[in-house]
Amino acid sequence: MQDFGSAFTLAFQLVLNADADLIEIILLSLKVSLTAVLLSALIGLPLGALLATARFPGRQFCLLLVNALMGLPPVVVGLMVYLMLSNAGPLGWLRLLYSPAAMIIAQTILITPIIAALTAQVISDYEREYRELFRSMGLGLRQRILTLLFDARYSLMTVSLAGFGRAVAEVGAVMIVGGNIDHLTRVMTTSIALETSKGDLALALALGVVLMSLALLVNALVMTTRLTAKRMAHD
Amino acid sequence: MTEAAVRLADIGGCAAVAPLLSARGLRFSAGGQTLIRDLDLHFSNHGISVVMGPNGAGKSVLLRLLHGVLKADAGEVHYAGRVLDEETRRREQAMVFQRPVLLRRSVEANINYVLKLHGKADAGRCQALLEQVGLAAKLRQPARALSGGEQQRLAFARALAAEPRLLFLDEPTANLDPNASAMLEDLMLGAAADGIKLICVSHDAGQARRLATEVVFIHRGEVLAQQSADAFFDRPADPRIEDYLSGRLVL
Repeated sequence: MQDFGSAFTLAFQLVLNADADLIEIILLSLKVSLTAVLLSALIGLPLGALLATARFPGRQFCLLLVNALMGLPPVVVGLMVYLMLSNAGPLGWLRLLYSPAAMIIAQTILITPIIAALTAQVISDYEREYRELFRSMGLGLRQRILTLLFDARYSLMTVSLAGFGRAVAEVGAVMIVGGNIDHLTRVMTTSIALETSKGDLALALALGVVLMSLALLVNALVMTTRLTAKRMAHD
Repeated sequence: MTEAAVRLADIGGCAAVAPLLSARGLRFSAGGQTLIRDLDLHFSNHGISVVMGPNGAGKSVLLRLLHGVLKADAGEVHYAGRVLDEETRRREQAMVFQRPVLLRRSVEANINYVLKLHGKADAGRCQALLEQVGLAAKLRQPARALSGGEQQRLAFARALAAEPRLLFLDEPTANLDPNASAMLEDLMLGAAADGIKLICVSHDAGQARRLATEVVFIHRGEVLAQQSADAFFDRPADPRIEDYLSGRLVL
């Protein structure tokens, strides 16, 4: 096992030299998590807006369910997706297990409830403010939802970034359904887990540095988005 | 008297008096309190009707019931001889709220939103409306960055974009300074002179004198008077109105 100091030195060398393995892992992580966020946003944003805007029997239960699903343990999601996609599972014929597609599915299931629940919270506040105006204008449900999603765009960007932060840092689900196969399904978090267990701290630390930088970048983007919204008086 | 006020006075003198809006047996309760009690009202199709009354009299609730954005426990609202429905409200009516609810978009986008909704998207129309309310130079600014008076004028222009036959206003100048109030009052007189019927809630007797062709006075959810403005201020139909106008406590 390397000592801490040399591991750090090696890690920064890997980052600075843009090591091919490191870049491959980072790009796959970004591809998987960004695709998952995009899919989750496509499902979660309208779903959250619908739950905040429409009035129907069982709405409170749906909100409770979505909020409860925010805390889904990643390994349980991984296990569920594994069971669905394994050869004996109902979707085994798709042959997606141990592929980036399986990892995208798992992350999408994991973060869709987060995006939907946070969207419902954000849109509820906007809806309360706009309710009488919408009634006065005689808007239908679709028009109300589209208007609210557009007007809450800055807050919803923050919501999506929060979803991305959760997806890219997640390890349990992608480990189970991706299998951490070198050059195929190895992403930052699974690499860190593997290299640490092997005692090769340099690559693990290098990926850790990149992951931390990404977390910082995401937070900076969230802050910038909020400040932009305030400056534009849209918040 | 402004030019718009003179034109409005002319219209008041010659227009037909068939009711545009009628409330029949309206009743509304909330939180265990009856806020509107079996109320009957008829509004003609012209001029400015100002709804007055002390705090808690039910003025804003009445306005929302008449507009149909609040559902009455009993009674009906008739518009142009038919029970008011959502489509008629969307097509024929608009409302300006005490606190303007502006979309989180530019000034121009707020107007265009309503124009598109009514299938009348047209840059020229948007520009004309903004010129009418003195905001043409600010069309690209975020609507919520405008001053309070400008925001209310934008809300007024947005209401006009729907080309309403009937416009409700709920204390539109309550949060404005005298200058901004005067500008909005001129716009209201202009709209009424253009043939739009206005029903406006106001606390301000001075404003009612300047604007109203008729005054409806309500107290504890009941109508105490519906009189022409001149008659209301000269010979109020109820002694409690005299108390209210002279600043005495109305219980």
